[in-house]
Amino acid sequence: MADTRTRYDVIVCGGGLSGLTAALACAYAGLEVAVVDALDPAARVAVTFDGRASAVAYANYRMLVRLGVAARLGDDVQRIETILVTDGRAPDGLRRGGPGPAWLRFDADEVADREEGEPLGYMVENRRMRAALLAAAADAEHLDHIAPVAVTAVSFAPGAASVSLADGRALEAALVVGAEGRQSVVRRAMAVREVGWDYPQTGIVATTWSPEPHGGVAHEYFLPSGPFAILPLTGNRASLVWTERAAAAGAAMALDADDFRAEVRRRFGDFLGEVDVEGPRWSHPLGLRVAESFIAPRAVLVGDAARRVHPIAGQGFNLGLKDAAALADVLAEARHVGLDAGGLDVLERYQTWRRFDSLAMAAATDVFNRLYSNDLAPVRFARDVAMAAVNKIPFARRAFARDAGADFGDLPRLLRPL
Amino acid sequence: MAEALSEIRHLESPTVDPGEIERFSKIAADWWNPRGKFRPLHKFNPVRLKFIRDVVTVKKGLDANARRPFAGLRLLDIGCGGGLLSEPMARLGAKVVGVDAAERNIKTAKVHAAENRLDIDYRWGAAEVLLDSGEARFDIILNMEVVEHVADVEMFLRACAGLLAPGGVMIVATINRTSKAFALAIVGAERVLRWLPVGTHRYDKLVKPGEARAPLAAEGLDVEGPFGVAYNPLADAWSLSNDSAVNYMLTATRPLSGPAPTS
Repeated sequence: MADTRTRYDVIVCGGGLSGLTAALACAYAGLEVAVVDALDPAARVAVTFDGRASAVAYANYRMLVRLGVAARLGDDVQRIETILVTDGRAPDGLRRGGPGPAWLRFDADEVADREEGEPLGYMVENRRMRAALLAAAADAEHLDHIAPVAVTAVSFAPGAASVSLADGRALEAALVVGAEGRQSVVRRAMAVREVGWDYPQTGIVATTWSPEPHGGVAHEYFLPSGPFAILPLTGNRASLVWTERAAAAGAAMALDADDFRAEVRRRFGDFLGEVDVEGPRWSHPLGLRVAESFIAPRAVLVGDAARRVHPIAGQGFNLGLKDAAALADVLAEARHVGLDAGGLDVLERYQTWRRFDSLAMAAATDVFNRLYSNDLAPVRFARDVAMAAVNKIPFARRAFARDAGADFGDLPRLLRPL
Repeated sequence: MAEALSEIRHLESPTVDPGEIERFSKIAADWWNPRGKFRPLHKFNPVRLKFIRDVVTVKKGLDANARRPFAGLRLLDIGCGGGLLSEPMARLGAKVVGVDAAERNIKTAKVHAAENRLDIDYRWGAAEVLLDSGEARFDIILNMEVVEHVADVEMFLRACAGLLAPGGVMIVATINRTSKAFALAIVGAERVLRWLPVGTHRYDKLVKPGEARAPLAAEGLDVEGPFGVAYNPLADAWSLSNDSAVNYMLTATRPLSGPAPTS
């Protein structure tokens, strides 16, 4: 079927987290969808491919339930019940780092719009999420998964978008979705530029194991070199996102296993016992990029192809999930009344819906990172006071938690309570 | 046979002169640019399309969840312009005949439909001409934003009614003749917001719901409405409303049994 068919409603270029989610959401909305991925699905789920884990906000997790992804994640999901934001104590010669005294605490039961029993969010390792998305895609109706084959060209005619594949096939659709991340072929074909900048920081990612259970608490310390996040995973494990100045990060990556573990312990603290590092470590240069437009006639950008934000708030994949939900909503409404899925009149609704959210998130993560990635005494004092104040005002804290849970604004159907 | 002929015309005419196709393709791009001069129509389109789908689905007892609920139904789009309604109707499955008095609009609509591989029978003409030519009756007639531009409202609406098959549904959309409509639809839309060229609408040509209802009822149709349509400036979107003082729609249904259509 997938080998002979050439015409679809929607072709998604890129079969990563955002691309597969967008494809599943569009197929769920009743559109005929192809998702094209250059990589072999087997490579995408290998332990060595991507060591990151992603936070999925509670509203976004509802979509994963509806799309049949949550059921395929099985026990590989860790609930985040509490988020503790701390102005972290930097390790010095005398004592270890760890949570500092001023803190901001978000609890799941404080968020009124959350349904009974919903946590603030869920932590899932990216490779587990990929496996679940691939399994859901394999079983989904109206969805062809074409991989591994590269997209060589994307072009737009008044009536259709064309996608040329490396194996010589040519596909056509009313709409092409760019979901290939930073090197988006679709974005180039749209002639859309990106604006943004690089941070002088690198994100080091590793998985830790601790003797003591973490109790579903996510920690974020703000250390002078950048945020240090401990995100709970199943089985006493945690995903560590350690933001470090680029040069220091290079040195940390070069350490042997014992020295690296010692550096992690110095920052992590010992409140969960003596932590160990499990498996390999990865490093990712950090930057902020936003596409100047998310849409063009017969084309739309989702996920990292549309924008990449600082991982400080754990929002990267969440933005991609919201893109998928909003796109599916807009396309379902268009199809319902017979409008062209690739028409600018339809796509402008997607852009209006998603671009403000993206810019707000990009700005917020940037400001937070700048505010917290330094150790100047007055700045440190001011932010401690600000965090303590927010923590004292239940309304402000709940608003923050709802933002972290992605539950604000006009919710697409896929994100509404189940 | 007539259908076969019109299909041939539709398929062949755009290939007659490549220069002309290019010219009309550019005009079509204008019509279909939601940021261009037809922006108000694009903004207005979703609410009226949804109304059409809902009304026809209920009146004709169609499957509300079908992908192509109008499959097999003959639909007439009067004053089709560049095809902003005809194309969605074709995607919903209808066999669409689009009629417009401006030849340029018909050529534009044909080129755009061909580009989008939609089979729509566009004709340069008018409702009265169709009726006189003995055209087969239609299951759905869209009469949207036309009555306020015709020379004789009563004659025009009676001709449209004559084209409606038993059990068929006509939807009329227009602008009321009220002081509010003058303030918003003429002064506001044309002179303040510049949504429409000055002179698009003339106050004395606007039509009160009763004036549209009377000729349709006289032709034996069951008329319902008016259903108001209002613009929400904060959302920059149109929605159905209880206020029919400016934009409104009527539905007119021909009973399955009753007086035969005049022809």
